[in-house]
Amino acid sequence: MTLPVTHPFLQVENLARIYPSPTGGDAVTVFDHVNFRIHKGEFICVTGHSGCGKSTILNILAGLDSASAGNVFMDGREVSGPSLDRGVIFQSHALMPWLTVLENVAFAVKSRWPNWSRPKVHVHAMRYIELVGLKGAEHKKPSQLSGGMKQRVGIARAFSIEPKMLLMDEPFGALDALTRGVIQEELLKICAETQQTVFMITHDVDEAILLSDRIMLMSNGPHARIAEIVNNTLPRPRDRSAIHKQPLYYPIRNHLVDFLVSRSKLFGSLREAADAPSSPAVFDPADLVESGFSDRVEAVQPAPAGKPQIHLVNA
Amino acid sequence: MKARLKPVRQSILLSLLLFALLIGVWHLLTLPETVAVAADVDPEYAALMGGVAGTAASSFPTPGAMADTIWNKLSDPFYDNGPNDKGIGIQLAYSLGRVLTGFFLAALVAIPLGFLIGGSRVIYNALDPYIQLLKPISPLAWMPLALYTIKDASTSAVFVIFICSLWPMLINTALGVANVRRDWLDVARTLEVKPLRRAFRVVLPAAAPTILAGMRISMGIAWLVIVAAEMLVGGTGVGYFVWNEWNNLSLTNVVFAILMIGVVGMALDSIFGVLGKRVDYQE
Repeated sequence: MTLPVTHPFLQVENLARIYPSPTGGDAVTVFDHVNFRIHKGEFICVTGHSGCGKSTILNILAGLDSASAGNVFMDGREVSGPSLDRGVIFQSHALMPWLTVLENVAFAVKSRWPNWSRPKVHVHAMRYIELVGLKGAEHKKPSQLSGGMKQRVGIARAFSIEPKMLLMDEPFGALDALTRGVIQEELLKICAETQQTVFMITHDVDEAILLSDRIMLMSNGPHARIAEIVNNTLPRPRDRSAIHKQPLYYPIRNHLVDFLVSRSKLFGSLREAADAPSSPAVFDPADLVESGFSDRVEAVQPAPAGKPQIHLVNA
Repeated sequence: MKARLKPVRQSILLSLLLFALLIGVWHLLTLPETVAVAADVDPEYAALMGGVAGTAASSFPTPGAMADTIWNKLSDPFYDNGPNDKGIGIQLAYSLGRVLTGFFLAALVAIPLGFLIGGSRVIYNALDPYIQLLKPISPLAWMPLALYTIKDASTSAVFVIFICSLWPMLINTALGVANVRRDWLDVARTLEVKPLRRAFRVVLPAAAPTILAGMRISMGIAWLVIVAAEMLVGGTGVGYFVWNEWNNLSLTNVVFAILMIGVVGMALDSIFGVLGKRVDYQE
């Protein structure tokens, strides 16, 4: 990404979320001093432990929730509520069960372009249903679909409104590993075609490495914040079956896992000791290798215990 | 060896057996019996009663007499020989007319109001005490007030139906609207769906099964209440028919009317059952 830093597509400044204590004690600050920028066409993954407020951040970006402090700007304008410019893919797919697949997508299309004729809406909706490989199932109700197919409809619906930005809250969290792998690859393909800007929450480090341009790591709450940003420099197009053979794959993966296992909880205590760092440390995979990660990488590499699903899929 | 009957057929068979048993017991209980003290009866009295006093036949109709009545009444349901002699079809039509008028007026009020209450915590809390106070009042208790203010017996009966149909529909609509899944509302918000479109395309279909369930309960209650209401206001309707036949001491006609009330009630309920299935959805 060689876009000018001065013109970020999305800019988040000093975002914070504070919950007043129900018992009248001290208020709980879930996260604060959250700053980041997203450029057009970038795929950002956010990961961190439960309770760090990543879903809240996503909902604030979507306009479904509001921050206690701080601002979000998209395309130079402040985000103050939900908008068709930002499509959301919900973890629970949130399809309307009384509508068919086609009707679910058409509902979104009709919302985006109210003046379109019925045939035009249907043609447009069908294009995205085909894109996610659901042609033939367009007249089925969601209850007749498998979990993976439902989430595909959710993806088709979000893409069909051609949003400037796509927000995904653990979209594949409820899917089995096989299905997840297939849909990840489809998402990768669609994003490459559409140059979609994406903000995605995931707990799956492999998913983050496969899909993202940058990975934001959040420290544990309370007082969570974005502690590190890892530039995912693995070359595109990426292939799920070959990506772990990239020399930088394991350095990145180990860095992420190390963060989640041990470093994520250290940041809270560090910050109380020193002054709060308002901008996260940025890591490049090349630096990771130089700083001695490579020794450990060699030791870890032959034991791909954490990735059985990839081997399964390709078997 | 014969194959075992399917459960459905077993149920039908059992149902038919029960029916036969019921008719059999009824038949035995209404058999005419010769009373031992017949000799003590004043012959003049016996003559006056047309011989009935002597044999003391039960005045409760026998199954045979009942079948006869049903056949006669149903073969000419719409005759009209003046205010106290109308066919059962006409009486039922009067009752149904009142029930449907009151019911749909209630729906017209309850469903929009339920949307409002279900959509706003503030309105819900403000109206809740009134609903809780008015809901348990027997609809017939409103009758004197209705007669005094409306001054028309038939309209008063419609009002009573209106009042009793209102609460289940109102409460169920509010409940259905309040419990629409957040996800669906969030989808509507992110798609910038306008309030009216959201109400009709998201909230209404999502709440429809609950609303229909409320309508079904309301219709059931309305049909229960109309009989009592018509006994009070008189003139026409199946309730009045029952009361009139009781005054005529025609238990056969009373039993016949009871059966008809049951059949119509069942039909109304199954209509709402079918409608409920149509708007139901599987998650």
